[in-house]
Amino acid sequence: MVDWGYTINKPRAIAYDANDHTWENALQEAVPVLRSCIGCGNCTATCTAGNFVPFNIRKLQTLVRRGEYAGLRKELDKCMLCGKCRLVCPRGINTRKMIVTLKRLLAQPVAAGIPVAPGAASTAGQR
Amino acid sequence: MKKNNWAEYQKEIADDKYYYVRSCIRQNFFPGSEAAFLNILRNELGRDICDDPNHTSCTGIGYHSDIVPLETTMAVIARQFAMMTEAGYENMVASCITSFGLYSEVIDMWEHFPETEEKARENLYKATGREFKKPKNLAHASDVVFHHREAIAARGKHRLVNASTGAPLRGVEHIGCHYAKIFPKKGVGGSEFPYVLAGMIEAWGGEVVDYPERRHCCGFGFRNYLVMANRGSSVANSKKKFESMAPYKPDFIVANCPGCAMFLDRWQYAISEMEGVTYGENGGIPVLTYEELAGLVLGYDPWELGMQMHQVPVESLLDKMGVEYDPGAKYLGRDGKYIGRPEDTALGGCSRC
Repeated sequence: MVDWGYTINKPRAIAYDANDHTWENALQEAVPVLRSCIGCGNCTATCTAGNFVPFNIRKLQTLVRRGEYAGLRKELDKCMLCGKCRLVCPRGINTRKMIVTLKRLLAQPVAAGIPVAPGAASTAGQR
Repeated sequence: MKKNNWAEYQKEIADDKYYYVRSCIRQNFFPGSEAAFLNILRNELGRDICDDPNHTSCTGIGYHSDIVPLETTMAVIARQFAMMTEAGYENMVASCITSFGLYSEVIDMWEHFPETEEKARENLYKATGREFKKPKNLAHASDVVFHHREAIAARGKHRLVNASTGAPLRGVEHIGCHYAKIFPKKGVGGSEFPYVLAGMIEAWGGEVVDYPERRHCCGFGFRNYLVMANRGSSVANSKKKFESMAPYKPDFIVANCPGCAMFLDRWQYAISEMEGVTYGENGGIPVLTYEELAGLVLGYDPWELGMQMHQVPVESLLDKMGVEYDPGAKYLGRDGKYIGRPEDTALGGCSRC
């Protein structure tokens, strides 16, 4: 292959249908009210962890709901479970439960039918 | 109601007496296209068109690359208009989409900010002693070919149909962004339903391919390509289009912008070298200018049209159309001198050349 000093950029389109929605579906089942999220970002604005490290809970839940899980475990570890985000959510979403549910999903063994790292082809890491 | 709505998408195109302004780059990439346009207008259709050697670049490439200031661009365009006025013409025809967009942009700015027109007139007069009238009608050369498409079809020796099966050939039409995306009312069909190239394909017997990324930019975008670090974005845009159109098995692509035709042609080679991927049944989808397409319909020799300069070989299309050509003459210049044959690529080539 010829190297001309540049490569072809990967598309940034969201491959929603091609993504694995296993964890997303499990999360929606555990926290159904998450469907009412309007993406206002109050959770991120008030986040204690977000004031110290790059952590965006709004982005995290948006990516999970698209079936994009790249880097999810590392992001979840940043949350201190203080619950401030839950207090400011205008839709009353139990955001702490969302985080805890995701951590539980990630901890479950393969035997439970949940893949260890779904969405390996996810484009989330490019954003 | 529908008729009234569609009327908003129509454009007045002058029928005769044109002043032609050439493109800076087209004669390098598609060397026979502008000559073919002049030949078709003058000798096939009997129209009066002035090809003035005194006109210059419109500054479009420099302007869109932020190296030519707006005042300079206005002064240069004022000079182009002065050349047209001095030659006794009122209808300007631009060969290049960027020029067409820039002339439209400057005329629009002069209407909204008359002081800028006064300044341009003053600058031009101080620099050259020239004065000018603005064109009564401004059209892109593809508008003019579209305007005469039926007359060209009537004189045609070939149609855009498969000579063996009689099935219409499938053409992808790609419109340059600066044709109607800046000023929708300046283009046939506006920015939503550009019909300028689709009308040609249909009038000449072909079938237009409608595919998901039909209106997507080719990716040239001046700084997308001129800055090397951005070229990955430029080629990605073309790749997105190729991937979208390939399942519809187009027989050819026709474009009305110098950059679009160039990049849709050349990026097919770049993608084949970088990723080993080709599109089309014969290793590539031939990319034509609208003048080349009109020339083939009129029975012009493909090598006289300069089609040996294409990156994607055009023989597959010529064979489908039933165009007779001399394979041995492909790499002979106008004086019969051998101009050299490029190495074969994954895009295929002419086995008989």
